[in-house]
Amino acid sequence: MNYRSSYFILTCLGFGFAFLYIPILSMVVFSFNASKLVTVWDTANSPTLKWYYSLLNNEEILDAAWISLKVAVINASGSVILGTLAGFGLARFSQFRGRFTLNAMTTAPLVMPEVITGLSLLLLFVALEQLIGWPAGRGITTMTIGHMTFSMAYVTVIVNSRLATFDTALEEAAMDLGARPLKVFFVITLPIIFPAILSGWLLAFTLSWDDLVISSFTSGPGSSTLPMVVFSKVRLGVSPEINVLATITITVVTLMIVGVSLWMSRMAKLDKAAA
Amino acid sequence: MVALPYLWLLLFFVVPFVIVLKISFSDIDLAIPPYKPLLEWVGRNSLAIKVNFNNYAFLFTDRLYINAFLNSIKVAFLSTVLCLLVGYPMAYGIARAKPATRNLLLLLVILPFWTSLLLRVYAWIGLLKANGVINNVLLWLGVIHDPLTMLYTPFAMYVGIVYSYLPFLILPLYANLEKMDWQLLEAAEDLGCRPWQAFYKITLPLSRNGILAGSMLVFIPAVGEFVIPALLGGPNALMIGRVLWDEFFSNRAWPVASAVAILLLLLLVPFMMWYQSVQARESAGAR
Repeated sequence: MNYRSSYFILTCLGFGFAFLYIPILSMVVFSFNASKLVTVWDTANSPTLKWYYSLLNNEEILDAAWISLKVAVINASGSVILGTLAGFGLARFSQFRGRFTLNAMTTAPLVMPEVITGLSLLLLFVALEQLIGWPAGRGITTMTIGHMTFSMAYVTVIVNSRLATFDTALEEAAMDLGARPLKVFFVITLPIIFPAILSGWLLAFTLSWDDLVISSFTSGPGSSTLPMVVFSKVRLGVSPEINVLATITITVVTLMIVGVSLWMSRMAKLDKAAA
Repeated sequence: MVALPYLWLLLFFVVPFVIVLKISFSDIDLAIPPYKPLLEWVGRNSLAIKVNFNNYAFLFTDRLYINAFLNSIKVAFLSTVLCLLVGYPMAYGIARAKPATRNLLLLLVILPFWTSLLLRVYAWIGLLKANGVINNVLLWLGVIHDPLTMLYTPFAMYVGIVYSYLPFLILPLYANLEKMDWQLLEAAEDLGCRPWQAFYKITLPLSRNGILAGSMLVFIPAVGEFVIPALLGGPNALMIGRVLWDEFFSNRAWPVASAVAILLLLLLVPFMMWYQSVQARESAGAR
């Protein structure tokens, strides 16, 4: 196999990545700009960290970030459990009643426009409250349920595709040697699919942390998440503090992704060395 | 074991649609919640079902809604085509790169997808506005003498949608192209095919499922997109997701919003089923 690429393809890659990264880099650069006009560089006073201080003293943003963090952590943990179960079921059992429905229900949330999911969840919560009195009002609980419903679909896909390339001989060997199915799952299956579960957790966390539409529909008074606060600010135009927030987000995500992928490639190498 | 996720999705994903359907048939009411019940006790023992199609009739009489639907389909379709034009060469380039470079490039595609969509859309406001980065650079270069109006135009909205959805197109397409047997191309060239001909006759047809899967992942959510038209499109950007949002939050017309949601869903379900069958074919081919 040869790896030659034509100049055309290389140019396309160059432009494509420039398109993807210039907006991100511009936010990072302008987060150090002293001017309140954000995109007009104030040469005299920049670079400065003043918007970093002002963000870290912005009560509204900090409160919203705390709510987002709580929702995201509960959501990620819950959807990993539900998504792993669903992915495992779909990958391992080729025939069971409702397989088709489960498959459809875990694919649909991936593409469903969020306004539809958000509206339908809210109407469900309102109807349930009238019917059985739960959930009383809307807030963190209802938001988390909403987030889990679409996040678990992503986890299901990740776990399912990892299990599709999984060598079942390992599990069979363990069972031949007398391990019970539950023990096989915890001692053999779980450690092997752990990278997929970790990716699923991180993805579910990010999806929840970023979600605006479903949160807006399912939140209640006093439970505004970070994206909701950002959205209302951004509607009024650019703000230097949002650039700072973006820069912090980008830094954290980059460190996380690079860290996890380095760790995973090391694991893969260890696997190869062991085999 | 699958019962737990199954019941969860049934309760929180399927049942809600039944409720949306129900409310789309009920009357608007000045109450909390702002709709009238479908079932009502009339007199002592008779239960009356009051179904009305007014909300749907309303959607078809007011041009606003039909235009919003048509415009959303147009915007989503054009965005998908633009994504393909930008994304296909990128996915192809990544799939043909050396394995080490490939992982790095793939990481670079995935990375923006992990950073907040809202913040990345916001970045474009800073780039496109009248005293924004692009105008400043063009003025400085002397290409233009007056700033261009780009923000709050359809152009800005297309840029935002293509930018946000590009990774969704590249990833499935890459997954498909990665499995391609490149020797087929060499064989074709040995037999006298020009590179473009070989691409057209071999690569393109073989990557059909990847193209379809990626396009669906862009098209379907883009039809109902709310954030990007709301932030970049300006007040005239008529998209159905935004209409639904306004009906719900500004007008508190829950039954109308529900009727919009049901029609949007009816429109998208065939595409979703198509997507699922493409996915099934892809994974069947992989094994």
